[in-house]
Amino acid sequence: MPSLLSKENLKITAQKFNLFYGDFQALKDINVDIPENAITSIIGPSGCGKSTFLRSINRMNELIPSVKTDGGIYLDDEDIYTQDVVELRKRVGMVFQRPNPFPKSIFDNVAYGPRAHGLKNKAVLEEIVEKSLTDSALWDEVKDNLNKSGLALSGGQQQRLCIARALAVEPEVILMDEPASALDPIATLKIEELIQNLKKEYTIVIVTHNMQQAARASDYTMVFNMHPDRSGYIIEYGKTSQIFTNPQEKITEDYISGRFG
Amino acid sequence: MNNSLTKQQRMAAARDKINHKPNIRKRRLIQSLAFTFLWIMGFTAIAVLIWIVGYVFVKGFPAINMEFLTTRPAGGFDGEGGISTTIVTTVYLVIFTLAIAAPLGIGAAIYFVEYANEGQARNKIVRWLIKAARTGVEILAGVPSIIFGLFGFAIFVSYLKLGFSLLSAGLSGACLVLPVIIRTTEEALLAVPESYREGSLGLGATKWQTVTGVVLPAAIPGIVTGIVLSVGRIISETAIFWVTLGGSYRLPQNLMSSGRTLALHVYMLATETRAFDKAMGTSAILIIIIIILNLAINLSSKYFQKRLSGK
Repeated sequence: MPSLLSKENLKITAQKFNLFYGDFQALKDINVDIPENAITSIIGPSGCGKSTFLRSINRMNELIPSVKTDGGIYLDDEDIYTQDVVELRKRVGMVFQRPNPFPKSIFDNVAYGPRAHGLKNKAVLEEIVEKSLTDSALWDEVKDNLNKSGLALSGGQQQRLCIARALAVEPEVILMDEPASALDPIATLKIEELIQNLKKEYTIVIVTHNMQQAARASDYTMVFNMHPDRSGYIIEYGKTSQIFTNPQEKITEDYISGRFG
Repeated sequence: MNNSLTKQQRMAAARDKINHKPNIRKRRLIQSLAFTFLWIMGFTAIAVLIWIVGYVFVKGFPAINMEFLTTRPAGGFDGEGGISTTIVTTVYLVIFTLAIAAPLGIGAAIYFVEYANEGQARNKIVRWLIKAARTGVEILAGVPSIIFGLFGFAIFVSYLKLGFSLLSAGLSGACLVLPVIIRTTEEALLAVPESYREGSLGLGATKWQTVTGVVLPAAIPGIVTGIVLSVGRIISETAIFWVTLGGSYRLPQNLMSSGRTLALHVYMLATETRAFDKAMGTSAILIIIIIILNLAINLSSKYFQKRLSGK
């Protein structure tokens, strides 16, 4: 698998990565390279560890006390499990499945991250808020209502607010856990368009259940599957065009054509 | 079932029963009986409450006037004087008790909910201690107030020689309301969606920043409710303060002064004087304060809900 991507600038590498919930092994022997400034989608049947792997990249899994990991995940060749978790999460932002704006104003939602990292200058904050909201394609809709609560927005707007919130801390990587699954088709398209624009500046990893979304919106596709003991592994990984037109594995073909999963 | 009927016949019979509605009258009757029964229950409960409050107001109001509110009790078999110092003492005691109990209770609840799964708390002994502390809180919440009073009397009044004083009473009162504040704060924190915490941590905020920046603001309505409930508790308790605050009706000069709260004054008037009307008047004032507190809870939770939902 690694040879496939050897010419790319690698951003994230997983080597012999294993993850356990207590005694249950959820991820088995994950070896994968994720390229910089590209969109990598993770697909696969439910319960095979897609989200678990995604949440391992910014160590969100540590919120669950029983989680244990071994092997490594490297960000720019640095082991993420030995660096400071706060610093890591500043570099690796996350957008969740359900929009989760804070019960604060739109401005305070976007300014939350920069403020947490110690930025107090009002003018700079205003600039960051405007830039982040512009980049997340929300600025025109909310620029006159920055003091309105983030919760008063529609679902699609809320999700773009959450993306703006993640952009505001200027991460290098953005992880997205089914960011459009709670949205209607039009809002979904908007988010996909937005993700396309973001890849110029960011490395994006996105979990999706939606085959078309993976096919049309991503550069690389990672297919997860389950061993008989229910632990997840990567069955196939490559350029999206190749995975969808010429899958090497029978299971991949069955999955993307809807016969399985 | 009658086996001689075919399946189709049986189904036709069942359909018939549904379509025919032979028992609709009976069902309506049961419905209205149940409704009447529940209405009587509710009405009785409210009527009793109104009766009590009304009785106190009717008996108490003649005693209430500006002089009653602004002069201090003068003692005596006829319970002379007003209630001014008891109002002041009550306010002092409420403030002092909460100054101790609120930071402790809110801090403990934050630890239990936000931190008890973290770091060194994954250690077995620490986990056991946390469990024991939580069980302790549950038990303390159900302990009668006089037992806190006896504890306060034994430890603060006698052993630490603090005497009958605002200090002893405040410390004992803090023990009494601590479980209330811990439990309401815990509930308020648990009601904050996990997604807020994830969102904040995912941006690289620390745990503490997450707690102060997102979790506590979202939990404030619940915490305020707990505080106001505690205020009500301190105002209405008698036994615990009878054995820790003493009963002096002078104006407390400092933390070491003895004093008499409104509720305690009602008890004293009722048991040691003939001034039944003044006991009722004082009770009416107490009830008015409790009503105002409840309104405050309602208004504040409405205000916070509005602010949080942004509508």
